[in-house]
Amino acid sequence: MKNESYENIKHSSPSDKTSASARVIAVKVDDLTVAYNYKPVLWDIDLEIPEGVLMAIVGPNGAGKSTLIKSILGILKPIAGSVSIYDKPYEKQRQLVAYVPQKGSVDWDFPTTALDVVMMGTYGSLGWIKRPGQKEKKASLEALEKVGMLAFKSRQISQLSGGQQQRIFLARALVQNASIYFMDEPFQGVDATTEIAIINILKELRKAGKTVIVVHHDLQTVPEYFDWVTFLNVKKIATGPVKDIFNDDNLTKTYGINYKVSIQE
Amino acid sequence: MGDSHFAGIMDITEYIKLVFTDYTLRTITLGTAILGAVTGMLGSFAVLRKQSLLGDAISHAALPGIAIAFLITGAKDSNTLLIGALISGLIGTFWIRGIVTKTHLKSDTALGLILSLFFGFGMLLLTFIQKQPNANQAGLDKYLFGQAATLVESDVWLMAIVTGICLLVMLTFWKEFKILLFDADYTKTLGFNTKLIDILITTFIVLAIVLGLQTVGVVLMSAMLLAPAAAARQWTNSLSTMVFLAAIFGAFSGVFGTAISASQDNLSTGPVIVLVAGVFVVFSFIFSPSRGLLFKQIRFIKNRRDLELHKTLAFMHHIAETHENISHPHTIKLLNNFQGYTRSTLQKLVDKDYVHLNGNMWSLTKTGFEAAANLYTKQSTEDE
Repeated sequence: MKNESYENIKHSSPSDKTSASARVIAVKVDDLTVAYNYKPVLWDIDLEIPEGVLMAIVGPNGAGKSTLIKSILGILKPIAGSVSIYDKPYEKQRQLVAYVPQKGSVDWDFPTTALDVVMMGTYGSLGWIKRPGQKEKKASLEALEKVGMLAFKSRQISQLSGGQQQRIFLARALVQNASIYFMDEPFQGVDATTEIAIINILKELRKAGKTVIVVHHDLQTVPEYFDWVTFLNVKKIATGPVKDIFNDDNLTKTYGINYKVSIQE
Repeated sequence: MGDSHFAGIMDITEYIKLVFTDYTLRTITLGTAILGAVTGMLGSFAVLRKQSLLGDAISHAALPGIAIAFLITGAKDSNTLLIGALISGLIGTFWIRGIVTKTHLKSDTALGLILSLFFGFGMLLLTFIQKQPNANQAGLDKYLFGQAATLVESDVWLMAIVTGICLLVMLTFWKEFKILLFDADYTKTLGFNTKLIDILITTFIVLAIVLGLQTVGVVLMSAMLLAPAAAARQWTNSLSTMVFLAAIFGAFSGVFGTAISASQDNLSTGPVIVLVAGVFVVFSFIFSPSRGLLFKQIRFIKNRRDLELHKTLAFMHHIAETHENISHPHTIKLLNNFQGYTRSTLQKLVDKDYVHLNGNMWSLTKTGFEAAANLYTKQSTEDE
């Protein structure tokens, strides 16, 4: 008994940050298989995401990137497989997890304001029936400030630009004060300013010890933005530190074509 | 008693007096007002969920239930028939949900399919009933187009109670309804049982529709759900205000519709109520300050004029720039080269003290020059 715990401590020395085996596993996916009709969209995915990484999920269109996130979060029902968050089933750990859906998944003409949408992030901890009060409002305003949208708090959401809408979604997740963040293409259709603002927030989250998982499309920015990466194309191709596995070999395996990245040093 | 009671055009005060004193008229007015309020309220949810057609499918799906309830009980008691309508309406609704989730069919196809199948079956049963040697059978077809005159006090009580429960549930689960309407997937990740919330909303929509069948009828019922909500959406950007306004519009449609049909001979109430609700919609679509067509068009024209003005100023700035003295006069003829130039835009620029006119010559003032130079930079800073 004593020996074992000693062993553990020795392994998890902070200098050894990129080795997955030594780190606490935040998200663990086992044998996950998802199909909409006959053909599986995800096939037998095993995935361990260590705590405190900023991870990109990359893969071609139809590779099942969004599906993977949605199945982990219980939005889609998998055919087989299980998901655990910090060694417990996801259903018991919901409050540790926040989700930023694709911007296009909702109708932005819905009659509500930016602050109202951010407040929705507090609904989970409130539970049924109980309404948000001053405390929730304060937290939401803080989240709005963090994403640089405080001046727009009373704005009808349809009157926000695409980038601003994305920031509102981010603020809604921030207000949940979770440990693990799942984001579905947060950089889609945003301008350079917003992209930088968002990536800075994500890096801040990582600095605070949070785990951030992002469906990402722009391969060029992977080495710059992320420290962990998962290649996905129905099956999991590879997962690990960007500096070890983000190479032509894995890209070719994932995208099928002879892919050459030019990583600028 | 019949319609002769209300025959001829009455003046308004006389009519209002009658609403309070005449039992039948009072019952009908109250009934249609409550019905309008509850359908308007719930209609907001249907419209925001993009399920506008759901109401139409539910009301048509209720018809076979009415017929079967009559065939089983042989009685024309409205409560019994409405229970039949409720059951078959719910079955139709859950079949629609089933079709959408289990097959590749889109929801509009599923709605259309259930609507026509159930309605066709209902019509078949109605014609079958009419051939039966049962003296009781006459009048079942009132559920097709509704007959407000048949409302009695107990019907109105039933409507009031259901509306009250609906209001209570809506206020209790307001937060849950709102978040489900906006972002169902996200709601799920927060740990809410979205299916339960969905069933709650849908059940109340079915209830409201069934309550209205006697008054407005199967065919026109969906308008009661949609029209007040569509009108209300034009006036506000807040969900609570929208629901409240839709209830008000619905109630007023009921009251005005009843008044018009009661004061004119032989106008059936249901269609008139729907038409009044339609007037609310048309009015709102045209005159709403932020979303209405009228003000949108006015803003559009104004924006165009501003842009034309800016472009003319920019063109002048371009010419003025070539001279060392920015206020060096140039001939007006020069401006004819510019497409957007008109005499009135020039006059406006003079009014704003951007341009100075002297005979056939114009010159930019210092403020005009600076305004022109800052046109684009100003716009880009406003953006963020």
